[in-house]
Amino acid sequence: MSTTTAGGAPVVNASASLPNVMRAEWIKLWSLRSTYWTLGTLVVVSIGLTILSTWITARNWDGTDPADKATFNPTDITQGFGLFLGMLFISVLGVLVISGEYSTGGIRTTLTAVPQRMTLLGAKAAVFLAVALGVNLVIAFGSFFVGSFFLSAEDIQASLGDDGVFRAVLGGALFVTGCGLFSFALGALLRRTAAGITAALGGLLVVPTLGALLPGSWGDRVNDYIITNAGSQIAQVDADPDALAPWTGYLVFLIWGVGLLVIAAVMMQRRDA
Amino acid sequence: MIEVEGLTKRFGNKLAVDDLTFSVRPGMVTGFLGPNGAGKSTTMRMILGLDRPTAGTALVGGRPYDVVSGPMHEVGALLDAKDVHGGRTARNHLRALAQSNGLPRARVDEVLEIAGITSVAKKRIKGFSLGMNQRLGIAAALLGDPEVLMFDEPVNGLDPEGIQWIRNLMRRLASEGRTVFVSSHLMSEMAQTADHLIVIGRGRLIADLSVADFIRKSSSNHVKVRSPQGDRLAELLTARGVTTSADNGYLLVQNLDTASVGDLAAENRITIHELFEEKATLEAAFMELTRDSVEYQAGAPGAATAGEAR
Repeated sequence: MSTTTAGGAPVVNASASLPNVMRAEWIKLWSLRSTYWTLGTLVVVSIGLTILSTWITARNWDGTDPADKATFNPTDITQGFGLFLGMLFISVLGVLVISGEYSTGGIRTTLTAVPQRMTLLGAKAAVFLAVALGVNLVIAFGSFFVGSFFLSAEDIQASLGDDGVFRAVLGGALFVTGCGLFSFALGALLRRTAAGITAALGGLLVVPTLGALLPGSWGDRVNDYIITNAGSQIAQVDADPDALAPWTGYLVFLIWGVGLLVIAAVMMQRRDA
Repeated sequence: MIEVEGLTKRFGNKLAVDDLTFSVRPGMVTGFLGPNGAGKSTTMRMILGLDRPTAGTALVGGRPYDVVSGPMHEVGALLDAKDVHGGRTARNHLRALAQSNGLPRARVDEVLEIAGITSVAKKRIKGFSLGMNQRLGIAAALLGDPEVLMFDEPVNGLDPEGIQWIRNLMRRLASEGRTVFVSSHLMSEMAQTADHLIVIGRGRLIADLSVADFIRKSSSNHVKVRSPQGDRLAELLTARGVTTSADNGYLLVQNLDTASVGDLAAENRITIHELFEEKATLEAAFMELTRDSVEYQAGAPGAATAGEAR
């Protein structure tokens, strides 16, 4: 056991700046096994299922009903798995990265080291969203190219140069990252894992479905603005002409997420940790 | 230096901390003493900016803690050793903390060494014993080479060797000129480590004094006598201006030594069965001091309410 407590290395210029806290959050994210399991499973299963379904589609193409062939959209089949699985996995991880701090009590250790709560919240959100975006770009473009390779056997693959295809592939990754933002904000607001995941999946999957039940033409209008109804248009090659335009819809979706994050930030600033 | 002024915290209709004012000076160990539920942890959390005060201020080094730019160099704190994510290894936990304040990575190995947990650095925290967790928390507190150290009940869960180690550590940190603020509900523990005491009960300040003063004030020694002629002895003592009282078959004699009592009895041919000096323990003195402000008091059998039990 050493008898000195003072360090030999200089610590005078050390500070809890945003870049330092972001690097710390990066270490924290990648020092938990759940991160590897969640993201690893997402990548492998998404691309794996894309391979399986495009391969089967190509194999059975000759026997496929001409009516189905006429409405066949290759991008739907290459991107669909990444989109829906991403929504689920990234939402769960988004809640966990913040609720895990509260459920373990680690938040008090973290905030003792970084008492500026907004720096912490900002760093955590930025690191998680950057990782979510990176992973989902790999999944989106990976699925597209791998899927296209199998569909090319029957020459039914899409090209990134086709109308709306590049936007939809990129948009898939952006949409899933947006789901991550929405979920992270709910995790920060509710602080509990179970409540956070329930609220996130409820908000992303259930509430938008309920919106369709709203009566009349104003109901349809309102429905277009509800969370994923607005946000998912960006991931569609043939965007729904009655819904919000892809980028407009995505902006509305981001406003939902950012709005929730602002509420979470205000609450975090006021509450006891 | 920690300065607390008018600090108040209300949880619902319960006043956990009630208008506390005190300061904790550098270069010594200051004990923060009070019965369970007195508000010690809440006060420490408010000093660290974890709990928002209902009223009042807490300053560390002259500023509120959440505007300090190098927080870990300012304060190292161990509140609850279990406040860590069990899924990380000890080293990764410390690495992330060090990085959050831009501290050099080499510092992680240094504090692991100081805390004596280098051998378990690569193990995940969830497998740690309470004692190992406590050492990890202390390692984290020392990372930033802080001016102020705060420990909440640090000896809980430690074995005798660990207790000795942490006492020495606190003494050494204070001797290096740092401010060391440590809470406990055990006076005997504080008597061995602290130089100064801040005593609270039910959220209020009861005493703010040096340990030496506390011991001097509270050492009201007395002599106990058991005699078949106790009444006669009491009369003789009272006649000499000595205060006496009956206590469970004994006669309690204040401010007189055993020799004087024994001589007096012999002169008057009074039989004595027992004669001894009884020193008030620090623990007893502490209980005397906080008697009216104990939050959770055990009811004596048959007592109508806990509050009346004495």
